[in-house]
Amino acid sequence: MTALLTTPSPPLAGRDLAHLSDEALLSLVASSDDQALAELYDRFGRVAYGLALRILRDEALAQDAVQEAFLGVWRSADRFLAERAKASTWILTLVHHRAVDLVRREDRRRGEPLEQAPEPAAPETVEDEATLGFQRRVVQEALRRLPPEQREALELGYYGGLTQSELAERLDQPLGTIKSRMFTGLSRLRDLLAQAGLEESLR
Amino acid sequence: MAADPHSLVAPYALHALGDEDERNFEQHLAVCERCREELAGLREAAAGLAYGATGPAPPTELKERILAQARSERENVASLPRRRRNWTAPLAAATAIAASVAIGLGVWTATRPSEGNAFTRVLAQPGAKLIGMGDQGAVAVAPNGEAALMLRVQPAPSGKTYEAWVIQPNTIKPAGVFRGHDGTTVVAIDRRVPRGSVIGVTVERAGGVDQPTQKPFVATEATT
Repeated sequence: MTALLTTPSPPLAGRDLAHLSDEALLSLVASSDDQALAELYDRFGRVAYGLALRILRDEALAQDAVQEAFLGVWRSADRFLAERAKASTWILTLVHHRAVDLVRREDRRRGEPLEQAPEPAAPETVEDEATLGFQRRVVQEALRRLPPEQREALELGYYGGLTQSELAERLDQPLGTIKSRMFTGLSRLRDLLAQAGLEESLR
Repeated sequence: MAADPHSLVAPYALHALGDEDERNFEQHLAVCERCREELAGLREAAAGLAYGATGPAPPTELKERILAQARSERENVASLPRRRRNWTAPLAAATAIAASVAIGLGVWTATRPSEGNAFTRVLAQPGAKLIGMGDQGAVAVAPNGEAALMLRVQPAPSGKTYEAWVIQPNTIKPAGVFRGHDGTTVVAIDRRVPRGSVIGVTVERAGGVDQPTQKPFVATEATT
């Protein structure tokens, strides 16, 4: 391990990293292994970009958000190692934060409650497309099964980038109501996603 | 933050708190195991929402741009002194202080160096570590030795003060006095903390003393 920490990774020799877990890749990233970063990008770049685009509604800004997030992964992977969390959760949380911070700065928020994401463009492979399409449907179906006011709170907050106070004002509800919709909605969503087997499909 | 901090865990997981609420909640998080556990589950659900937005593939040059930038940063970082590996030898057993293990405190957002208090500023530095002290608080240590404490203590009794210490195998150096207040107290450690030292806190007479007169009531090893 010490050697890993001090020796730069060998020049691109096409190491096969595909069999490594996300977490194993992150620990390689923590030792400045750029091929591991490339592999993580291959795994999460598309979902990251879809999310950023949904939040920012602008391709250039979405690319900026994804770039900043992955550089955040690069710079602070060593900090993740102490967390008891899945690497995918951590990475997508960074992407979400970057995109939301950017949308707030640009003040591009609109956040119509039930708006759909843009339609997927040309797939890279049929297999990728099938997996991504499945995951997308699972999440959208789970959202549809939430009570509308909980779904609205999650969508406006997560995809819309609104703060809880802004939501309370927009929906003309007490802050406490918004908080509890977010809490109950997220907790139920978690159960629904688990039941639907989203976990297993995420490799 | 007048509201019960526990109620902010879901908005925090959705990144739906204003800046000030977010910072306050992160301080709470460092001392609340229950919120950390709850947050872990809610964050997973929130990250699941990302898959609901899957759309077109990003342009292929984005990957190359990210990798090129990452590589250039690695070259810069490699020459900085913080990559030196000659940190101090493991602590002598003589200090006889139980050091807690570095644990994750769930604060993933501290990337705003210019904002926040001493604690979040330290945490925002690349490579900074958070070291938990159970539910009593946490230490943030940056690779350059800057450090800050976040503690949940009662205000010091009258005529007394809290004093922080940087403890190494052969020396104990004073690192600042503070009174403490209700809720969480953030304290900047006013000297550099070498890797492997222990940060401790004692109660001393007002004004502080040169050497601790008691065994530190909280202590944690700075592993950065």
